[in-house]
Amino acid sequence: MEQMPTVINSLNIGFIQTLKLFFVTLIGSFPLGLIIAFGSMSRFAPVKYISKLFVWIIRGTPLMLQMMIIYYFPGLVLHNNIWGSGEMGRFIAASVSFIINYSCYFSEIYRGGIQSVPVGQEEAGLVLGMTKRQIFFKVTLLQMIKRIVPPISNEIITLVKDTSLARIIALQEIIWAGQSFMKGSHGISGAIWPLFFTMIYYLAFSGILTVLLGKLEKKLNYFR
Amino acid sequence: MSILEVKNISKSFDRTKVLKDISFTLEKGEVVSIIGSSGSGKTTLLRCLNFLEQPDSGIIKVNDDILFDSDDPATFKESEIRKKRLHFGLVFQSFNLFPQYTALKNVMLARELLAKQLPDYKTNKKEIQNNIQKQAEELLIQMGLSDRMDNYPHQLSGGQCQRVAIARALALSPDILCFDEPTSALDPELTGEVLKVIKKLSEHNTTMIIVTHEMSFAKDVSNQIIFMDDGYVVERGEPAQVFDNPANERTRQFLAHYNQ
Repeated sequence: MEQMPTVINSLNIGFIQTLKLFFVTLIGSFPLGLIIAFGSMSRFAPVKYISKLFVWIIRGTPLMLQMMIIYYFPGLVLHNNIWGSGEMGRFIAASVSFIINYSCYFSEIYRGGIQSVPVGQEEAGLVLGMTKRQIFFKVTLLQMIKRIVPPISNEIITLVKDTSLARIIALQEIIWAGQSFMKGSHGISGAIWPLFFTMIYYLAFSGILTVLLGKLEKKLNYFR
Repeated sequence: MSILEVKNISKSFDRTKVLKDISFTLEKGEVVSIIGSSGSGKTTLLRCLNFLEQPDSGIIKVNDDILFDSDDPATFKESEIRKKRLHFGLVFQSFNLFPQYTALKNVMLARELLAKQLPDYKTNKKEIQNNIQKQAEELLIQMGLSDRMDNYPHQLSGGQCQRVAIARALALSPDILCFDEPTSALDPELTGEVLKVIKKLSEHNTTMIIVTHEMSFAKDVSNQIIFMDDGYVVERGEPAQVFDNPANERTRQFLAHYNQ
């Protein structure tokens, strides 16, 4: 039992790295996803098809593979490790991979949301003399947000657990921290129970998110 | 001077000609009903008047102002079109109310946004806002919705929604109010309450263009009937003449379906 504080301390440090990756991914991929969504709806064919090709490649291959390529390729092939060394370099590479990957998923959700708002809404705004900008912000945006909250929530919950994939480039997130006690760390080795402890972190965090996202969904239920 | 003058409007989608050389005039305070089978171009004509579609050729004049002239590209400018649209109001078949706003806010929104562009908006904000709200409330009372102002569209019946939509269009005081099959999405009971409101508007000399399949209503409320078929204005005249004594064989055939 005297091992407990040591383990909890390590897991906490790992979990902070997990949280950082989680929030950086959301902050980056929410807006980037919107740009890709507009790209894939573009009336300019090259932009549209390049966007669609990009989304296909990113969604069609494993995130773990993308992360390995993004992290190792510059150093091994171009002999220029643009990410820098150490934990910070791994964190930046992981963040870039996650942002690219999640923005592709978000872009498809956005696209669905934008296209599901009936065209009559825009037309009603137009005949009332509104500008396109006013129509987007005052009429369609909230309807779109309402429609995308459930699928976005799903992706957000998935992201909580996907952050553990960054283990593959040795990012010191919570799984890495828990696993270290199997191999030996801080004088503890062969211990598998810290891994079970990591589950509590994941469950607690995804539980909080589920409640918050559910509240948001309810809040938008005042209209249909 | 006619309030509206439509001259030789034509419009194609891809290779299908939807409107073929449409011309008519409308006097202030008059009601014209456009009848005809589905696909005859009625809705497209209304959409052209509201600048939701751009005609391929022709001229549209309101109060002798040229709003659209296919030979003058300056009249297609997006920023100009926005102002020109305000001459017309449009009530849609499917209402198209904004679901996230109450009935009252639906009626107020467009005027609020326009008011923000006024130079004295910041200094007189409260007063302007109050005026807009007062006008919206009056319109909703006029539509018989005094107890529905704070309801959201999904809490209203179809007939109530359509009456909110009419109030919303009237809020901008358009010269000409257009209706695109305003009762086609409603059951007969709700149809009646909407038609009653439109009838009342006609008694107050609101200039209106009504696309409808309600023949007896059209006959009752209109000063002028336009029968369209296959993109043409086939027949145009006073209701009694068009309904009781149609000159064109196609008009006769069409009306026969309603008299059965």
